[in-house]
Amino acid sequence: MADQVLDAKGLNCPLPILRAKKALKDMPTGAVLQIDATDPGSVKDFEAFCRTTGNEMMEHSEKAGVYTFLIKHTA
Amino acid sequence: MLDDTNAKSMTIIVTKGTLDWAYPPFILATTAAAMGIETTMFFTFYGLQLLKKKLDLKINPLGNSAMEMPMGGGHMAMPNIVAALPGMTSLTTTMMKNMMKKKGVASIEELRDLALEADVNMIACQMTMDLFEYKREDMIDGPTLGGAASWVDVAAKSDINLYI
Repeated sequence: MADQVLDAKGLNCPLPILRAKKALKDMPTGAVLQIDATDPGSVKDFEAFCRTTGNEMMEHSEKAGVYTFLIKHTA
Repeated sequence: MLDDTNAKSMTIIVTKGTLDWAYPPFILATTAAAMGIETTMFFTFYGLQLLKKKLDLKINPLGNSAMEMPMGGGHMAMPNIVAALPGMTSLTTTMMKNMMKKKGVASIEELRDLALEADVNMIACQMTMDLFEYKREDMIDGPTLGGAASWVDVAAKSDINLYI
């Protein structure tokens, strides 16, 4: 389960990434951030974000146009 | 600063000051900073518009045949002769801003604040400041003043260098 939930619905590139980074910065290592987004580009972008920053993408899913990501703060 | 870390780094030369062209540099800079990349923006010529305390960015499709707006399921471009009429710049600017707001696109003010918050290093071109007689106090506090050598110094050590 997520320790914190970020509602990024309705936001477009690059705001979901920027808000997620801001949230992760204040979370302890090992904590999990859930992000809900509606930007279809966020799927590829959060994968890239995790690859570059070293944070762990635990899972992502899509339901009724809402993309949900679980990212563990590891970096 | 760049020598002290193993972080990757990026520089962007920002030369344009219209509402549309303000986006790529700020989107890339804020995203790179969020991804742990040390980022420097060098603002020169019309790019200096983006550093003014009071932003008044505009757009006009005149001469830009690629600019079309979504309208009634299709797209509409504005003929040059219409775009050249008085008042078209403010009309097009308002339309673009409304569309961006509706689509959840950040404002330039917001992206600029986020860039400053993320410690993006900003350099305002001293020569262009003098050329256009811009005053330091008309600009936001963050940027330092510098010349081409300031950019080259950072760019020589950077992984990514962009000119926009």
